[in-house]
Amino acid sequence: MSINLVALCYLIASVCFILALKGLSHPSTARRGNVLGIIGMAIAVIVTFIVAYTVLSHNSATTNVVGIIAGIIVGGLIGSFIARWVQMTQMPEMVAAMHSLVGLAAVLIAVTTVNNPAALGLPVPLPTGNRLELFIGAFIGAITFSGSVIAFGKLSGKIRSAPVVYPGQHWVNLLLAVAMVGFGAWFFLGGGWLPFIVMLAIAFLLGVLIIIPIGGADMPVVISMLNSYSGWAAAGIGFSLDNPMLIISGSLVGSSGAILSYIMCKAMNRGFISVILGGFGAEEGTQVTGGGQKHVKSGSADDAAFIMGNAESVIIVPGYGLAVARAQHAVKEMADKLREKGVLVRYAIHPVAGRMPGHMNVLLAEAEVPYDQVFEMEDINNEFSTSDVALILGANDVVNPLAEEKGSPIYGMPILEAHKARTVIVNKRSMASGYAGVDNPLFYLDKTMMVFGDAKKVVEDIVKAIE
Amino acid sequence: MFAGVDPVVVNLFVFVLAIFVGYHVVWNVTPALHTPLMSVTNAISGIILVGAMLAAAPKVFDWGGWVGVLAVALASVNVFGGFLVTRRMLEMFKKKEPKKAEAAQNAKEA
Repeated sequence: MSINLVALCYLIASVCFILALKGLSHPSTARRGNVLGIIGMAIAVIVTFIVAYTVLSHNSATTNVVGIIAGIIVGGLIGSFIARWVQMTQMPEMVAAMHSLVGLAAVLIAVTTVNNPAALGLPVPLPTGNRLELFIGAFIGAITFSGSVIAFGKLSGKIRSAPVVYPGQHWVNLLLAVAMVGFGAWFFLGGGWLPFIVMLAIAFLLGVLIIIPIGGADMPVVISMLNSYSGWAAAGIGFSLDNPMLIISGSLVGSSGAILSYIMCKAMNRGFISVILGGFGAEEGTQVTGGGQKHVKSGSADDAAFIMGNAESVIIVPGYGLAVARAQHAVKEMADKLREKGVLVRYAIHPVAGRMPGHMNVLLAEAEVPYDQVFEMEDINNEFSTSDVALILGANDVVNPLAEEKGSPIYGMPILEAHKARTVIVNKRSMASGYAGVDNPLFYLDKTMMVFGDAKKVVEDIVKAIE
Repeated sequence: MFAGVDPVVVNLFVFVLAIFVGYHVVWNVTPALHTPLMSVTNAISGIILVGAMLAAAPKVFDWGGWVGVLAVALASVNVFGGFLVTRRMLEMFKKKEPKKAEAAQNAKEA
């Protein structure tokens, strides 16, 4: 197989990947896009398999064939198993875990390249250009790996998700980053294993230190950022191997993650840098209290059922609490009951609701909520003022009207204007303030009724009460 | 005129243009599908499997070959896991269409 033919096959595969992303512009074309992605991947892998045996390696070393096929089968089985059984509420963890695998694979490939450049069709000794690219690909891969492991731990609750902060944190990170680049430069200028290994060790450490100060609700940004990094790591490795397939795919993924990070930051009205530096919500929130006793009106599931049953229109605002309680199916059942009674039920999704971009949409889709009932923030915000009830399930900061008041810590954050509805029903487990540590005046309004308890339990009780 | 261009420069061309393509394509992704976008990009970044396969196939098979095999396994988890979980999610986004049609029909009949 000539190398030109290989390159052309890679071109076809790249186009397939672009179409796979393009398909996601609408749910109706998304599945076809995914199929094209699979076809692209199959082409790339088969062609590479042939290359590995015809262009690079002229002897028939059977160990390699068996090794590669065994690796694909084992990895493929694990991947398929996870994909089949993962719960939709666990998607953020799964995505984080998968980022870490890409990062680690990039590091391993870099290690084998340093060990034996000829194996990957590169000249020996490794040219300086490739060294630079290898160093960049390897350290991004290492940061992606350890950072994603921490993100996975936080998302799955294996590590406390509260931010870990200590004095001088940013200086320590900066110092480590400088040291890492220093060792990278040594490697670039002809150093061998020593600077390379030290550089990798620092990068692994840095990945951990970058993610620990970032708290739970900033996870949508973190996970998008790591998504982006995993792409750049692949692109970096592509540069060092002179492989356009890796460069193109890596760049697609890298820019996708970067855009998602940007969208998430904008939805929180926070700068990317401030999210990455972390520590938000770590200190006791400076409460913007008006002074005096605040009165909360609390009610039961029966009361909520009565109010909604007599409403003409209800807007449901789901948040992370809904995901934690796995209440999506119960919510769908409740919405069906209300619809039977002629109530117009719609869902309003804030871009940062949940722990990853699009988290709520997937949960609602899993519960078979038709997507034409699910609205993005800009499309539904005007509807709250004409709605009878806004039902808030486990969301807090995204409906906090303080965001409209100058001087509050969350001022400027775009919110769902639930406070404009005629009646507001809020389900929360307790009166604890949200992630931002800011009290929510919405809870103290005269028209607000709090229903305390686990989201699933409360919604199930409402379903029973509607009958 | 470009015959003698360094491969690094060609790579840079590919890199920059691919970023532009990615940028424009991803802005068109509907926010409702941001989670499937992340899982499918997970699968696509599994393309690092291509590099891993080359690393696992050296002429002289030493420990580096085994490291390559490990990388192949890791990348395969991403490729299979990413595409399959995306498919599973997108099936969920699909399901409603026939039901809605059915409901509309029921309404008509009623």
